[in-house]
Amino acid sequence: MTQIGRALPRPNARRLVEGAGRFVGDLTPPRMLHAVFVRSPYAHAVITGMDLDAARAAPGVVAVYDGADMATQITPWVGVLTHMVGMRSPPQPALAVGHTHWQGEPVVMIVASSRALAEDAAELVTVDYDPLPPVTDMEAALAPDAPVIHPDLGSNLCWEKRIDVGAVDVAFADPANTVVERRFVFGRHTGVTLEPRVITADYDAAQDQLTVNYSGQVPHMMQEVLATHLGLPQSQVRIVAQDVGGSFGIKIHTYGDEVAACAAARLLRRPVQFAADRYESFQSDIHARDHRVTARAAMAPDGRLLAVDVDDITGIGPYSVYPRSSAIEGNQVINLIGAPYTLPAYRARLRVVFQTKVPTCQYRAVGHPIAMAVMEGLMDDLAAATGRDPVVLREMNLIPDDAYPVRSPQGMLYADLSHQACLTRLKELMGYDALCAERDAMRARGVHRGIGIVSMVEITNPSPMFYGVGGAPVAAQDGAVVRLDASGAVHLSSSVTEQGQGTETILAQIAADVLGLRAEDIRVQTGDTAHMPYGGGTWASRGAGIGGEAMRAASVALRAQVLELAGAVLQCPPSALALAGGAIIDAASSTERMTLRELAQMVYFRGNELPAGQAAELIASRHFRVEGMPFVFSNGAMASYVEVDVETGLVTLLNHWVVEDVGTILNPKLVDEQIRGGVVQGIGGALFEECLFSDDGQLLTATMADYLVPMAGEMPDIEIAHVVTPTSTSALGAKGAGEAGTSGASGAVMNAVNDALRPLGAQISQMPMTPERILRSLGLVP
Amino acid sequence: MRVTFRLNGEATVIEAEPRQSLADAVRAAGFTGTHHGCEHGVCGACTLRVDGVAVRGCLMLAVQAEGAEVVTVEGLDAPDLKAAFVRHNALQCGFCTPGMLMTAAELLESGHVPDRAEIRDHLSGSYCRCTGYQAIVDSVEEVAQARHGAKP
Ligand code: FES
Ligand code: FES
Repeated sequence: MTQIGRALPRPNARRLVEGAGRFVGDLTPPRMLHAVFVRSPYAHAVITGMDLDAARAAPGVVAVYDGADMATQITPWVGVLTHMVGMRSPPQPALAVGHTHWQGEPVVMIVASSRALAEDAAELVTVDYDPLPPVTDMEAALAPDAPVIHPDLGSNLCWEKRIDVGAVDVAFADPANTVVERRFVFGRHTGVTLEPRVITADYDAAQDQLTVNYSGQVPHMMQEVLATHLGLPQSQVRIVAQDVGGSFGIKIHTYGDEVAACAAARLLRRPVQFAADRYESFQSDIHARDHRVTARAAMAPDGRLLAVDVDDITGIGPYSVYPRSSAIEGNQVINLIGAPYTLPAYRARLRVVFQTKVPTCQYRAVGHPIAMAVMEGLMDDLAAATGRDPVVLREMNLIPDDAYPVRSPQGMLYADLSHQACLTRLKELMGYDALCAERDAMRARGVHRGIGIVSMVEITNPSPMFYGVGGAPVAAQDGAVVRLDASGAVHLSSSVTEQGQGTETILAQIAADVLGLRAEDIRVQTGDTAHMPYGGGTWASRGAGIGGEAMRAASVALRAQVLELAGAVLQCPPSALALAGGAIIDAASSTERMTLRELAQMVYFRGNELPAGQAAELIASRHFRVEGMPFVFSNGAMASYVEVDVETGLVTLLNHWVVEDVGTILNPKLVDEQIRGGVVQGIGGALFEECLFSDDGQLLTATMADYLVPMAGEMPDIEIAHVVTPTSTSALGAKGAGEAGTSGASGAVMNAVNDALRPLGAQISQMPMTPERILRSLGLVP
Repeated sequence: MRVTFRLNGEATVIEAEPRQSLADAVRAAGFTGTHHGCEHGVCGACTLRVDGVAVRGCLMLAVQAEGAEVVTVEGLDAPDLKAAFVRHNALQCGFCTPGMLMTAAELLESGHVPDRAEIRDHLSGSYCRCTGYQAIVDSVEEVAQARHGAKP
């Protein structure tokens, strides 16, 4: 039985349900100290003085460090990518030096024998501040008279990019065409990983070796970042990432508090743990989204989309986050708008703006929900303006499934996509015609229901053209090692990490197929730079497509070694042999010749029985990177069915359907559950989640009671179907599934709400669509 | 202060500061399955059972457990529920899972077969950021039916 495609459960799930997870906070090495941070209470201020003496004298306190102390240990970082021409960001210190730029920026670190004692001491720290004018509104920040956050830069503009392709003005000027325009507002979200950021650093002075257990996705990137900024040889830094309690992109960035905890471990020669509490998470985990987009579209009388013109302005906080930069999100927004459609003309302007708020950076489905919501909102507006069915209008304009490869006006090269097939399947899955009839019947009874459709493209499996060219220490390839032990057991290791998405299971499935084993019999290790091959880790949905492909190639190489050795022993050509059921079999008759264990024991214990000169090697490693394409895109279509209570503004989610093309499906259960989780995060952005600030830059949503995330009771069941178009860039054919759900869900819900509101003459274009905002769109509250 | 209680079936004596939460105390005692997601009573990750009732370990003080029967996920005797979670992939990162299991176990012991809406409602005090909840609901529903003799 082939292992790829089986809905195998995850071995680590068994451990986790028993409460036997190995999360970083569960590790308490002897003599471990706890780091706690005093953070800036102002969005923008000059530090005029500090009194740390009382804290230093407090019970249990081992050390107290300020920004100047840390500056002697940690070099500042600059979060710009060189290929994003003109991008600027100032050097960022681990702890604020002289000047704070957001409420929550770490200012002083207390290290004490317990967290409680460290927190007690933190209360005794006095820092004097001279508040500066906060710069909170992203548009006001660009006004000529706005206070400049980084005076050396001269303005609050981090980066600007323009795209202008085709006859945009002609399309909008022709009175025969239909033109729609909308201004969208997308709130700030954050990841709310259920396990907040946590790091335990330990320094072995005898070996000058820093070992860091961290809750994150990118061990090798962290190794590089810590080595560089702590001034250690990279070989002396070991990063271990075992169980991670959610990450979603939040845990791939450089955080000053984490680096400072590592510096403290080196200074104190003791293990130091920093575990953010939830309040700190909201103030210091990266935020995301935060866009205002003005967009218009022109359509010919026959329904053909002619042009789209977009202006996106996005606020990123005071620094572009290192090392990936905070401009990628906006860049992806303007690159992905219109992606599913044949679009002859496109113009876009992106401005990325500094503010005195929590920094924003990449979070699950970077830029995608914005791009999809904007384009699909425009499509619905075009349909409504011309009395067309929204699905029919999409069918007319989707790039045909047999047209690939296709280059978009933004220059993105799309291949192996299936928009038409996905939309057709979606219509079937949701019973589109019957659902429209039901909606209309309910409307006639005064119940306001709406259907929202989204076609989408997701960026997955990035090639080196993404970060590498910009100078970021982010590996674009991943590595895999496959080894056969004397027992006949197969062990895998991979540079891709496991955060619950099932990496370890799918890697085992891939190797199992190549080696003729059951996936259950294979052991997989991930997440330790001391033992794993070098690679990028987990981000941008690359585990299956890149890590999996490397594992396939390594398995093929091990199989060749096994067959060659077996051929030498059995005195037949390797091509006459094959692997199945843990044994070497005769390829023609399928009769067993010897087991893997027998071969391995001969190789390892009785090498004298091998022909002279025969390599006695049962281990193979391979790396894989995407070539020829900057990304391997995946695509899909989604629909949402909602009911809007026009008296309370509450939205009830009735149904949600997803059709996704992630290429070869390695494990359907894992793929579907990742998509569902992604959909729910997208729904969160559409209806609930928002980081709100006061005008003076104080974070108002700093607890889970203030920041709403979707809960079980509000979520519908989510039906999923697949179209399978393997990517031609790899043998396995897998694309990525991690962004899939999040990318389109918020746009689908917004379109559904607007479909419900349309007969009432109302429209909402701001996320999250809170009850108050819905009532405002209906003119029921001011 | 000295606190004497039964922890996962064993007589246990710990030294707890008056301000220490029960969640911190059981973690310090080595039962790290009880997690902190918020430490202010919202997320449900710290849910454990005290004298048979699901409580938030972050909101209860260790000293309040004097004489009580405390069960954490490590001591939760619900193999069918745990197996269903694995089978349905009702967890991804697994950080919410101990709290989810403790909460679900309470519902399952209520003596009736809850429908999906009731399951969703009962679990609404526990956040899961990864799964989308559906597989969790599937698992609880299946176990509820199986325990009452219905075919899954
Ligand atoms: S940690 Fe107790 S409810 Fe969140
Ligand atoms: S499985 Fe990650 S929070 Fe629930």
